[in-house]
Amino acid sequence: MINLIGYYSLIIGLVISLSIVFLSIKNLRNSEKFDQRITVSIVTQFFLVVVSFFSLILSFINSDFSNETVFNNSHTTEPLFYKITGTWGNHEGSLLLWLLVLTLYLLIFLFRSKSQPKDYKIFTTLFQQIIVIGFFIFLIKTSNPFNYIYPTPNEGLGLNPILQDPALAIHPPILYLGYVGTSIIFSSVLGAICADQVSREWASHIKKWAVTSWIFLTFGILLGSIWAYYELGWGGFWFWDPVENISLMPWLALVTLIHCITVFEKRLILSSWVIVLSISTFTLSMCGTFLVRSGILNSIHTFANDPERGLYILIFLFTLIFLSILIFIFFFKNEKKELGSIYWMSKETSILVNNWFMMYFLSVVLLGTTYPIFLEVITSDKISVGPPFYHKLILPFLIPFLIAMAIGPKLKWIKSNLKNKINLILFFIISFLISFLIMSTIKVKFLFNTILLSSAFYLFFVSLKDFFKNKINNFSQNIAHFGFSLLILSILFNNFLSKEVITNLKIGESFQSKDLKISFESLNQNTISNYESLVGKFNIENSKGDTEILYPELRIYNQPNIVTSEADIKISLWSDKFMTMNYVNNQEYFNIRYQTKPFMIWIWISTLIITIGGFTSLLKKRHEN
Amino acid sequence: MKIRILPSLLIIFFFLIFIIFYKGLKNTNSYTPVTNSKKLIPNFSANLFKNEKMISSNEIFKDDKFYLLNIWSSWCVPCREEHIYLIELGKKKNLDIIGLNYKDKKKNAKKFLLDLNNPYNIIILDKNGTLAIEWGAFGVPETFLIHKKKILKKIVGPLNERSVLEIKKIIK
Repeated sequence: MINLIGYYSLIIGLVISLSIVFLSIKNLRNSEKFDQRITVSIVTQFFLVVVSFFSLILSFINSDFSNETVFNNSHTTEPLFYKITGTWGNHEGSLLLWLLVLTLYLLIFLFRSKSQPKDYKIFTTLFQQIIVIGFFIFLIKTSNPFNYIYPTPNEGLGLNPILQDPALAIHPPILYLGYVGTSIIFSSVLGAICADQVSREWASHIKKWAVTSWIFLTFGILLGSIWAYYELGWGGFWFWDPVENISLMPWLALVTLIHCITVFEKRLILSSWVIVLSISTFTLSMCGTFLVRSGILNSIHTFANDPERGLYILIFLFTLIFLSILIFIFFFKNEKKELGSIYWMSKETSILVNNWFMMYFLSVVLLGTTYPIFLEVITSDKISVGPPFYHKLILPFLIPFLIAMAIGPKLKWIKSNLKNKINLILFFIISFLISFLIMSTIKVKFLFNTILLSSAFYLFFVSLKDFFKNKINNFSQNIAHFGFSLLILSILFNNFLSKEVITNLKIGESFQSKDLKISFESLNQNTISNYESLVGKFNIENSKGDTEILYPELRIYNQPNIVTSEADIKISLWSDKFMTMNYVNNQEYFNIRYQTKPFMIWIWISTLIITIGGFTSLLKKRHEN
Repeated sequence: MKIRILPSLLIIFFFLIFIIFYKGLKNTNSYTPVTNSKKLIPNFSANLFKNEKMISSNEIFKDDKFYLLNIWSSWCVPCREEHIYLIELGKKKNLDIIGLNYKDKKKNAKKFLLDLNNPYNIIILDKNGTLAIEWGAFGVPETFLIHKKKILKKIVGPLNERSVLEIKKIIK
């Protein structure tokens, strides 16, 4: 019954979509006022998707195994919380969530753009509906979440245990709020071109959307990263896995877009940049969906390896790309002469320079992620692109990027001379000296790392100084840049100073090296509702005689039968202690991995600071209006 | 006409990408990642099977040859099955086979070699099984192909025709 309600809500939702398209086109031709029937239809459509979504949640809560999605991804012994989050822990459910966010955003857009011109609103609605229709058909045709199984199985197959985790429960919704937010930017820019509304007002209107999506995206990526850190047991936070890269690409595009829009708002230049970036943020998000959901790339996130689905998204994606290219080429009139020329020593130049850097980073990531596909198709060689590729190509360019990030905000719009040149140079010398002193105690590649570290320190000091000195007109930018410098610093120190011990131990044994001793003291076994847990107790003693006790855990899930390893992490302000254990086959030995990860928590904190920067910019805008 | 060239190029470009993605979808994606990280063999010393003398890993593994380290035991049934492959590989001139006799009784091990012939150039003893752990072994039998002190290949479980072919291909 519930399944039927969910399914028919989707069908009716699709029909309403078609009627919205019809109404919009009619409204476009022969009226001066925005047709209120469109608003009503959009509200109804949103309501129907909500009904559909909640009926799926209800099926999950009731463990209704006559529903194929529930059968594949749930189990009666799971705790209620994971039954609910299991709703979006699979391909069908997560697409339904995507659709929900898509319609929600359209609704919010309509309510927040009352003062915008009619044509622009209609065009935006129209383009957004094209996306909505695409997803409705995709959902109903290839990934229906309400497929019926008969006879009803007694027990489900269970949610993948590594997804049974609080951070991962909220990670998809937050990330989707970011990804799908870009759809509004996409529709709105196409709408603005069609209605010839690419103006200052439009820019400040759409900037809020860009910042909002960016905040959610950043936060979503952060959650995913934290999860990978403690759950996957590799002790890192970023692995250049295709799916991580896919989330990074729209992120980079969004950051660039936010900067470009700011320039556009102030000076009405860079309009093509703004348009191309607005289009590419969404196409990159969609491209991510395609790469992940088609199974063309292998990664921890590939739920579904169904070529039919892949083909559908591919066609849909390229339809959108071609549509936007055509609209951009034929409808975009750049007649309003771009005001004035760009003086080299100005804020806009420095933003433009950093945009080029961002585009470079973006293309490195894009190339690294898709190159294996291209190579395989053309030469049928299989390769995988790993961290060294990204590090080699990105790190050297980070140096000028960081320095420009520090100096750029000091410049004024249009034309300026740097004041306090001496101050800025002094800061650089100080940063260089500090880095030099630090690096001489660490054994890594000296010259390159010293310069990289000093440019990070430079940004750090310059933005830190601005907190105390500046009037608060650039507060959000300052916070975000400060957070970024902190992020780079934490990542660098984390990389330089991490230590790792991998050894095999059995109960009662200990491992001794010159600066620490790890003893395996005992092993406890517990039974919890849907898994068995083995908790090891390890005593770690460092050379100073400080001891720490860590309890890494192995979980043996009953359904599906999978062993996961839960790291035990002792978090402190300066350094995390991280330990995992794993089975060694047919032995009483366990494989122990012990790591010290300095400044780990600062990576999370600095990312949060960056998000706060974005958030304050939203508040500021609202204040001004 | 200039203005029309760029759009057409763009469209052709995206069309090509479409074709490539489309073809990519048809390819199988079940690949196993190739581990290029060749691990160094552990440094160890062990007793020799024939006279209980100590020998260090540096004395066993020289740089110019390929080595096959085979972990075996007389009580292990799959070891008997894979033995003919070891004998076959033992005929190769540029390959030395090192036996690691794992948690075994000397009497039984000797009988095993008498029954099935001895393909090993050197046999070392691992009475309590710690050496196997240093090698990161999962169980018995297990075989490592070594060149210049690096592990090129690791075969978990008994050798079979396919793995023998692969080994022959590598040492050629």
